[in-house]
Amino acid sequence: MLRFALTLLLFTLAFGVLSSSPVFSDLILAKVDRRIDLTSQIVRITTSLKVENAGSNPISEILLSFPENQAKHLAYLTATLNEGKGKGKASSGAGLPTEVVIPKDVPDSLTFYSVSLHKGLGKGESLLLDVLAVFTHALEPFPEKISQADIQLLLFQDTAHFLSPYKVMVQSVAVKLPEARVESYTKLEGTKLSGSELKYSPFHNIPPFSYLPIIIHFENNQPFAVAEELVREIEISHWGNVQVTEHYNLFHGGAKNKGEFSRLDYQARPYVRGASAFRRLVARLPPRAHSVYYRDEIGNISTSSLWGDSKKVDVLQLSYFCSTELEIEPRYPLFGGWRTAFTIGYGLPLRDFLFESDGKRFLNFSFGSPINELVIDTLIVKVVLPEGSKDISASVPFPVKQWQETKFSHLDLVGRPVVVLEKNNVVPEHNEHFQVYYKFNSLSMLREPLMLIFGFFFLFVACIVYMHADLSISKSSASYLAKVQWEEVQATVQQIHNIISHCLTAHDKLEASLRDLSRTGDVQACKATRKSVDSLLKGVSKDLKPLVTFLQSSPQAAHILPKVEELIAKERDLQERLMAKHTTVVDCYEKKLGGREIENRIASNQQKITSLRQEVDDLMEFIDEI
Amino acid sequence: MAASDAPNGDVLIRNAFGSVLAFLILLLIGVLAFSIRLFSVIKYESVIHEFDPYFNYRVTQFLTKNGIYDFWNWFDDRTWYPLGRVIGGTVYPGLTLTAGTLYWFLHSLNIPLSVETVCVFTAPIFSAFASWATYLLTKEIKGVGAGLTAAALLAMVPSYISRSVAGSYDNEAVAIFALIFTFYLYIKTLNTGSLFYATLNSLSYFYMVCSWGGYTFIINLIPMHVLLCIVTGRYSSRLYIAYAPLVILGTLLAALVPVVGFNAVMTSEHFASFLVFIIIHVVALVYYIKGILSPKMFKVALALVVSIGLAVCCAMVAVIIALVASSPTKGWSGRSLSLLDPTYASKYIPIIASVSEHQPPTWPSYFMDINVLAFLIPAGIIACFSPLSDASLFAVLYIVLSVYFSGVMVRLMLVLAPAACILSGIALSQAFDVFTRSIKFQLPSLSDHSHIDARDASSENVVLDDTIKTDKNEDTPKERMTKRSKKKEKEPVEKPPTKFQIKKRLSVLPFEASIIAVILLVLLVAFYVVHCVWAAAEAYSAPSIVLTSHSNDGLHVFDDFREAYAWLSHNTDVDDKVASWWDYGYQTTAMANRTVIVDNNTWNNTHIATVGTAMSSPEKAAWEIFHSLDVKYVLVVFGGLVGYPSDDINKFLWMVRIGGGVFPHIKEPDYLRDGQYRIDSMATPTMLNCLMYKLSYYRFVETDGKAFDRVRRTEIGKKYFKLTHFEEVFTTHHWMVRIYKLKPPKNRIRGKNKKSKSKTSSTTTSKRKGTRRNPF
Repeated sequence: MLRFALTLLLFTLAFGVLSSSPVFSDLILAKVDRRIDLTSQIVRITTSLKVENAGSNPISEILLSFPENQAKHLAYLTATLNEGKGKGKASSGAGLPTEVVIPKDVPDSLTFYSVSLHKGLGKGESLLLDVLAVFTHALEPFPEKISQADIQLLLFQDTAHFLSPYKVMVQSVAVKLPEARVESYTKLEGTKLSGSELKYSPFHNIPPFSYLPIIIHFENNQPFAVAEELVREIEISHWGNVQVTEHYNLFHGGAKNKGEFSRLDYQARPYVRGASAFRRLVARLPPRAHSVYYRDEIGNISTSSLWGDSKKVDVLQLSYFCSTELEIEPRYPLFGGWRTAFTIGYGLPLRDFLFESDGKRFLNFSFGSPINELVIDTLIVKVVLPEGSKDISASVPFPVKQWQETKFSHLDLVGRPVVVLEKNNVVPEHNEHFQVYYKFNSLSMLREPLMLIFGFFFLFVACIVYMHADLSISKSSASYLAKVQWEEVQATVQQIHNIISHCLTAHDKLEASLRDLSRTGDVQACKATRKSVDSLLKGVSKDLKPLVTFLQSSPQAAHILPKVEELIAKERDLQERLMAKHTTVVDCYEKKLGGREIENRIASNQQKITSLRQEVDDLMEFIDEI
Repeated sequence: MAASDAPNGDVLIRNAFGSVLAFLILLLIGVLAFSIRLFSVIKYESVIHEFDPYFNYRVTQFLTKNGIYDFWNWFDDRTWYPLGRVIGGTVYPGLTLTAGTLYWFLHSLNIPLSVETVCVFTAPIFSAFASWATYLLTKEIKGVGAGLTAAALLAMVPSYISRSVAGSYDNEAVAIFALIFTFYLYIKTLNTGSLFYATLNSLSYFYMVCSWGGYTFIINLIPMHVLLCIVTGRYSSRLYIAYAPLVILGTLLAALVPVVGFNAVMTSEHFASFLVFIIIHVVALVYYIKGILSPKMFKVALALVVSIGLAVCCAMVAVIIALVASSPTKGWSGRSLSLLDPTYASKYIPIIASVSEHQPPTWPSYFMDINVLAFLIPAGIIACFSPLSDASLFAVLYIVLSVYFSGVMVRLMLVLAPAACILSGIALSQAFDVFTRSIKFQLPSLSDHSHIDARDASSENVVLDDTIKTDKNEDTPKERMTKRSKKKEKEPVEKPPTKFQIKKRLSVLPFEASIIAVILLVLLVAFYVVHCVWAAAEAYSAPSIVLTSHSNDGLHVFDDFREAYAWLSHNTDVDDKVASWWDYGYQTTAMANRTVIVDNNTWNNTHIATVGTAMSSPEKAAWEIFHSLDVKYVLVVFGGLVGYPSDDINKFLWMVRIGGGVFPHIKEPDYLRDGQYRIDSMATPTMLNCLMYKLSYYRFVETDGKAFDRVRRTEIGKKYFKLTHFEEVFTTHHWMVRIYKLKPPKNRIRGKNKKSKSKTSSTTTSKRKGTRRNPF
């Protein structure tokens, strides 16, 4: 209360000083209507002014003044010309330019904004001006610390008189409060409290710079969600996606919790024992948002719901009607002073936000946070443009800090240009669209896929080269040569092995033909087989010769050579005997001898053939194992 | 000429086809091993699991942020307050360095994956590597077919899955790969006698030492194998090359790892390797002398050497025994001792015994973890004996030892799993080999083919075998296999036979029996696959920090742990100290970034006992202990409201035991009524007044009016009480985590009065207290 009194004293002093200062100009405010909206944590003061020029010179700018304690909380100020004569809200679209000015002969404790009019206000003329001023952190919790069960009470200070460098003829103030309960308020004559609206009756003929402090102490249990810092990263991919990632660092900006938190009380009666806490926030995402996620540094936050209004999407894309609603619930209910941090991310279709004009592309995106009624102390918007973008410029409807960075992401070589916009004290009124213009060659899109393709291509080429190249250190060393020779010998032996096995197949064919003969008695077929086998075997023996001579010349093959030679000899023996047997059998058949006779004739041969075959098989196996 | 070229090329093509097929199968096995472990990510989320992985994750974060040198010198002051912990010197760095390298590699390619993502997927990646290493190892033991089968089995063995699902970022994840790969290189060296592989082997051993304390298994198993080889007369120069470089290089490299250091030569775990090192040299010398001396001279020399050698050995052994006996734990670490004597831990070290994974496993857990492999192992052992080689001897020894170890500690089931897979792979492969060969051999005679085809078909066996294996491993439809094999049968009719059936004809079984056996084996393996997928999906994928339950109205998520940790991390001062039972230490430091008193690295028993004592003391005494430790918040886990069984009340007896082990005024019987642990109205007053009880059940009665504990299924004993020294600051949504704040000290003057009073009245007690009071 002491501080309170001090401020009061200060203002009365200021008032005293101000009242002695000269009249500022010839303007007169014929009628001033102030509506103060205190329903949320953001204070919105709408003032409609009727300005009259009582002097002789045309005037092109109007000054608005705010006391210091309000000026530092001022987040947003706009003045629009109201041209509608009637009650309709026909304010002329765009706001008038406003800027801070420091006129002479005024006390330092006031901040002035000048509103420049498009055309000067002539003598005797009047106009209607609507001014919207939005303040953050203008509500002071009192008491500053409450326990879980207490309700949150706030203090609001303002002046009942419209603080202005001009004379005010008629003025009224209406304060809209969130709930009926008002702890106390400054009572002036004619003050009326009806329901949740507090009215200070019209004041007449107020001199310039008059200040009449009022204080309202009232209950407000709205969520006081304040983002200390919000980093929005908007990443453009020309493959058709805009990825938005928002890192929130949030706290409850209301009256601080005294410490003890009982889940039991909170669960049993959440609206009594925890009235000042909030457990959910609603974010209105742009239409057709997809792959929404909500997490923090330790993983998913499993408490959130998403309502996509996919049905309502229409051609006009009235974003308000077809937005996606995301209800996010922090891991724990936020009591006064508690903090939390989380990240929301979602993807958006590129064509809704990226447009082209004059050979330049531009991104058209909303500036503020999609969360309702959120105060942001520091907002950093980063627009990550695709790699290779040039001629980058940003246009934002209000002053922001701006610079550029470079970000390295998937497979970048030079990095992606990032446009960074920073603004303090952001309120939902700042959710206007801003544009980032840049030039981008569509062919650059192919760079990363091509890089990947070539990367893998060269990897495979390298593998092939490695497999085919001989990487031995010394090619003349004895062991290397021996290895090479040994490989050659192996290959030769393998060839011999194959040839012999061919021979053996041929033998089998002969045998088979003999069996067929015994079954069908078709001598001609048997002879034909014999002929083909004969020619085959002849060719084979020719092939064998160079291989054997190679083996003989090679020193490495010394220990296998005898075996190979033995194999060849045995095979030849076998071959001859088989031939003999075949001839005999065929002869016998031609002579039409009996089966027993044939058997007797070939019996001796047959025995040898079997034993030889056995030996050859053994040798084959031996050689195969080499 | 054409005739001679054609078969040659054909064989080449067939070989190439076979190796391409094998390569493809291996690739698919890798994919299988990776993807079967993603159930946790799909069903839950990409998050680090359980307790230890959080510590590893935190260390990896530190490593990637501060670099390798800061990592070695990292003194962590966020844990074991006020002692702190030298992380760089007490941690096995293999896992962290692996993930860190992976992270740096990806970032050097500008692929901005977060540390968490890299950590989550390290384990699945390495289990793919592990199955490839299994292929290599089994291939060295029993050939390609067995290798592929074993790799496929390992890719999905539940025991290994339990430790390597995505998010289970623990040492074992990479250590199993290192273990198998080290064994592979050892066997490879043994088979080739190449020094190149011997060097690689020691490097791989080094990696294993970096990764896991289980490296002692390698350094004991390999000497045992060497010894067995020597005893059975299998000594060769290859054995020497495989062993000697490993001991020398391996020990030197192991000593480079800070956490091992001089332990590599000073603890008993490593003695076996040195002993065998000496023996192998003696044996080598004997063989050498045998080679240069005549038999007669050799006998004389032998007699001489043996008599002198024996004397020297006796002296050495006496010295070693004396040295070992002089150290209190006989040179063995507690965990190793409990391996040798399964009852050791429960007798002497309650901290080791209190960890559930250090308990001996039950029979169902064998079935759960290795399933049908348990039945295939004996067959594999038999297959290893026909014929017995150095490599298959190793496999047999490996399985025998790991079966013993797994019987002591559940955790070591993990070491059994690869051995079981290798032997089962061998068994299955051999069985399929025999059955398919029998079928192939008899198939043509039935279908009235010529004789040549039979031989042909038998030569096809190897390839066919593989196709069958892939079939059952990948679980592809059976029709495809039969079609493919039929196609192959037809193709080679014209081709010359390359092999003859004489030898292999020996093991031909009746046709029908083989068909039935093959079908049964395929069914068995199919059952195994089904079980593995079920285990991966249902049993082993829960991250344990997020719990879910299915009820009628859908899935319910219990995310209380992270709720509490997030609250701590955002709403308490960054230097506040949080006391909790040690299970939650790692998570608190990693997720909430707050200093803890004790954590899962249970290196200081006294400190843990202090916290245990505080938890089991009455409120005021507990407050004093906590206050002396500068604790500001106390965190307890309470499952009574929702029925979460592994809460602090259920762990409470261990707190009492561990606390009582150091501070004797805490006596376990005080907390038990007739030897029974209970919290209902029959509970002892000590129990009902201890801090843990009070913090868990504070205002619990007001939830339902009866204070019914859903875990213990009873009404609690003391329902209405107030806290005088603690205040509740946060309780999570399902009451699973409750955080209390220590109230500031009472008015000083009143406290002084009290103190002086108590001093005068009980000097004797304070004297007695002096011995058992904690040092802070």
